[in-house]
Amino acid sequence: MERKLALKATASALVLGLAASAATAAEVEVLHWWTAGGEAAALNVLKEDLESKGVTWKDMPVAGGSGVEAMTVLRARVTSGNPPTAVQMLGFDIKDWAAEGFLGDLSDVAAAEDWDSVVPPALQEFSKWDGKWIAAPVNVHSTNWMWINKDALDAAGGKAPETWEELIAVLDAMKANGITPLAHGGQAWQDGTVFDSVVLGLGDDFYKSAIIDQDPEALGGEQMVEAFKRMEVLRGYFDENFSGRDWNLASAMVINGEAGMQAMGDWAKGEFVKANQVPGEDFVCIRFPGTQGSVLFNSDQFAMFDVAEEQVEAQKMMASAVMNPDFQVAFNLVKGSVPARTDIADTEFDACGKKGMADLAEAAANGTLQGSMAHGHGASSNIKSAIFDVVTAHLNGEYGAEEAAEELAAAVEAAK
Amino acid sequence: MRDRLQEWVPRIVLAPSFVAILIFVYGFILYTGWLSMTNSRMLPNNDFVGLANYTKLFGLKHWSIALTNLAIFGTLYIVICSCLGLFLAILLDQQIRSEGFIRTVYLYPMAISFIVTGVAWKWFLDPGIGLENTMHQWGWESFQFNWIKDREMAIYTIVIAAVWQSSGYVMAMFLAGLRGVDNEIIKAAQVDGASGVLIYRRIIIPMMRPVFLSAFVVLTHLAIKSYDLVVAMTGGGPGRATEVPATFMYSYTFTRNQMGVGASSAIIMLIMVFSIVVPYLYSEIRHGEKNK
Amino acid sequence: MSIPSQDNAINAGSLTRILIYTLLIFFVIYYLLPLWVMVSNSLKTLDEIRGGDMLAPPKDITFEPWRQAWSQTQIGVEATGLKPYFFNSIIMVVPAVFLSTFLGALNGYVMTKWEFPGVNLIFGLMLLACFIPFQIVLIPMARILGMLGLAGTLGGLIMVHTVYGLGFTTLFFRNYYAAFPTELVRAAQIDGASFFQVFWRILIPSSGPIIVVTIIWQFTNVWNDFLFGASFSSYDSTPITVALNNLVNSSTGVKEYNVHFAGAILTALPTLIVYIVSGRYFVRGLMAGAVKG
Repeated sequence: MERKLALKATASALVLGLAASAATAAEVEVLHWWTAGGEAAALNVLKEDLESKGVTWKDMPVAGGSGVEAMTVLRARVTSGNPPTAVQMLGFDIKDWAAEGFLGDLSDVAAAEDWDSVVPPALQEFSKWDGKWIAAPVNVHSTNWMWINKDALDAAGGKAPETWEELIAVLDAMKANGITPLAHGGQAWQDGTVFDSVVLGLGDDFYKSAIIDQDPEALGGEQMVEAFKRMEVLRGYFDENFSGRDWNLASAMVINGEAGMQAMGDWAKGEFVKANQVPGEDFVCIRFPGTQGSVLFNSDQFAMFDVAEEQVEAQKMMASAVMNPDFQVAFNLVKGSVPARTDIADTEFDACGKKGMADLAEAAANGTLQGSMAHGHGASSNIKSAIFDVVTAHLNGEYGAEEAAEELAAAVEAAK
Repeated sequence: MRDRLQEWVPRIVLAPSFVAILIFVYGFILYTGWLSMTNSRMLPNNDFVGLANYTKLFGLKHWSIALTNLAIFGTLYIVICSCLGLFLAILLDQQIRSEGFIRTVYLYPMAISFIVTGVAWKWFLDPGIGLENTMHQWGWESFQFNWIKDREMAIYTIVIAAVWQSSGYVMAMFLAGLRGVDNEIIKAAQVDGASGVLIYRRIIIPMMRPVFLSAFVVLTHLAIKSYDLVVAMTGGGPGRATEVPATFMYSYTFTRNQMGVGASSAIIMLIMVFSIVVPYLYSEIRHGEKNK
Repeated sequence: MSIPSQDNAINAGSLTRILIYTLLIFFVIYYLLPLWVMVSNSLKTLDEIRGGDMLAPPKDITFEPWRQAWSQTQIGVEATGLKPYFFNSIIMVVPAVFLSTFLGALNGYVMTKWEFPGVNLIFGLMLLACFIPFQIVLIPMARILGMLGLAGTLGGLIMVHTVYGLGFTTLFFRNYYAAFPTELVRAAQIDGASFFQVFWRILIPSSGPIIVVTIIWQFTNVWNDFLFGASFSSYDSTPITVALNNLVNSSTGVKEYNVHFAGAILTALPTLIVYIVSGRYFVRGLMAGAVKG
């Protein structure tokens, strides 16, 4: 093992040496929060690809849910005039940084590789600023999924729910069978993920006007009251200890049959697969009932900062490597998401992955592909936090449904 | 010539530290004060908005929750730590065998960061895997301990962990104080027939006044700055039930893109700390002057 | 200087003493509990942790998690374990502790033995600096580090830790030297000793206890810091607390609790050792200066 590593090190040193003599010493410094386990290993594919081309990878991982800590570090780095080459980033954060004028320009790579025609327009919304490409999307996650334990579903009638009413019927049956019907972790972003799906379940237009456009009438209106009422109903199917639980522990409850289902993004699939579960046999993946045909997405992108002249070459090589179909497949197989390019064959993906890719293409074509609020693609982070505040407070019993809708409209207004 | 030089050397020696503090502490405080009056969002900017951020701050329910929590947490934490610290110091001052070992055990939590122990505490307090579960496995089925999941009680679990971390340090301060008490006074009291408890109540504890003050300052400062503790254990939840000013400030400054509001909360925090610490420092320094 | 005899003890019957010992042991358990949870679970297999009782000792002791945490586990894209970060921390902590202690000693010496008008005001200002919440300095500090060309370097981190340690180190030494007989200093001066000669030959040799307290305090604070470490470090200067956080708080992936606990203990080990080894000087040092306020 040790020797292998040493060999590898010498080999890459040789390659580097050659590259260094051929061109200028190329390096990229990458800030990201894929710090452990499979996804870090998946990122290593990218690193090795770049190193084989003579680009040194300087790794700057900073852990913390949806990159909260990483964004703080980024502020410090940018303020000190020393920004990383590339930063893993979500949705509105990219736009915010672009608006401040800190991002670089990838347009020539993008034009050469024709990104415009392979990346869905809904994603381009976050990868381009002022007509220029500023970020390279790695994947597309979709958040309105439901993960169901197959045995529990069979015991509860066997038919995967397609509407809100059917969902309630299945949850009731699961409750009668003596398991926790709905596994959930009470953290703001998880509450928000469920809320996203519930709002979307009341209609694509409603989601658009309330979340994307933040229309005060939609935020405080009848339908929003209904959304909060549905959240209350769902809460009745949680177990007692849900508060503060990590999402993967909630997935584990579904895996071992302690709970019936979990509403969570497609990264949950990784947990199931790692526990040797087979989609269709041990677990079932469906869209959140009532949201079939619609997709809420979030996309991890590498935003490229405006760096010194001599680093631009390496930066562009990295952007190109990120968009490479082989990397997109390798990475997304591990991550549970689907490639950000729509021109990739789904052969290597499992049943849920194939469904995800088909759904994405369909939604993109029908205009029902919308950004997920809970994951930074529906609203900027101050609005998102304001929505989280109300959703979480309501779910923990601080407000009733009517009051919550009023608070929501007020909180969003105050955060604007 | 040499004397002139000697006169200046002390000032030159002190200068670098003084300048560093002046810039890195007071300069930064002024800067934060300025930021709190701008509408800075993701990064600092210079659009002056007057006191608007402060008005906004005190209109936020979030902030009032944070202040209430700090009041509950701070009071309990300071009182319990001081009492427990004094109590343990007195117990440990009774010619205890293996005192060194016990003292180290009491003191070690201060050595470890909450990034490390937070995981253990979270486990321990979680009803599903922690104490409650263990008690159930041991046969005490009706045992209930789910404070960390309970909106009303969660802040008290923070107190438990915080007391665990710093009470040993307070104990060491009191122990040092007790060891400094003049034995003659105690002997005299014993000769007069005073009981042990009475000696402690009437003579020794009143002599601990400076230690109480030092402990108070150290604990206040830890209470107001408590950040990693809350983040590691509850992340401010359930809901926002354990939000404190330090977590509030961090989230508004760095994750909510409302740097102006974050800066105004920082200034309020500083005012709170300084209003507690300055009078103490003033009296201590004056006190020191008189004693010369 | 030894710990004075313990004559304050209450002369009490054996019943009281049993009560005292019971209470002391009860609190020993209270303080040790989290450490026990960490140690015992770091020696279990993941299956045993999932199935079992958190407080139970491990059935089959395995050191694999420790090996993993130290040298194999994935931290970022590199599967290096915590080892390289451990050494980064050492390289950062030693100079930072040395510098802040040394400056604190000099400051304390000036403030007590070479007073000049305004020195108390300076002391007050330095002391107040202990109470500043570190979050507010991040952005302006980043800018200054950038201007100095120290952004993302170990040098920058050392400077930050030294500056924010000065308040406490100065406090400790000032209070300690205040009790040091000024006559000795004056006598030496009359014999022709210079400012620095007095410091090195007279003050420093008798500063043992307070140096220990200061080092313990600074070492613990700098080693455990996360905020500065995360914000001002770079890929090759990341301290161990940041790496541990990357290991423990990764948002996705299977949580290997045994490796997490092993990593946590590894991270805490240096500070624990410092406390255990020099713990008995700590109370002595506190007596000598720090508590007097």
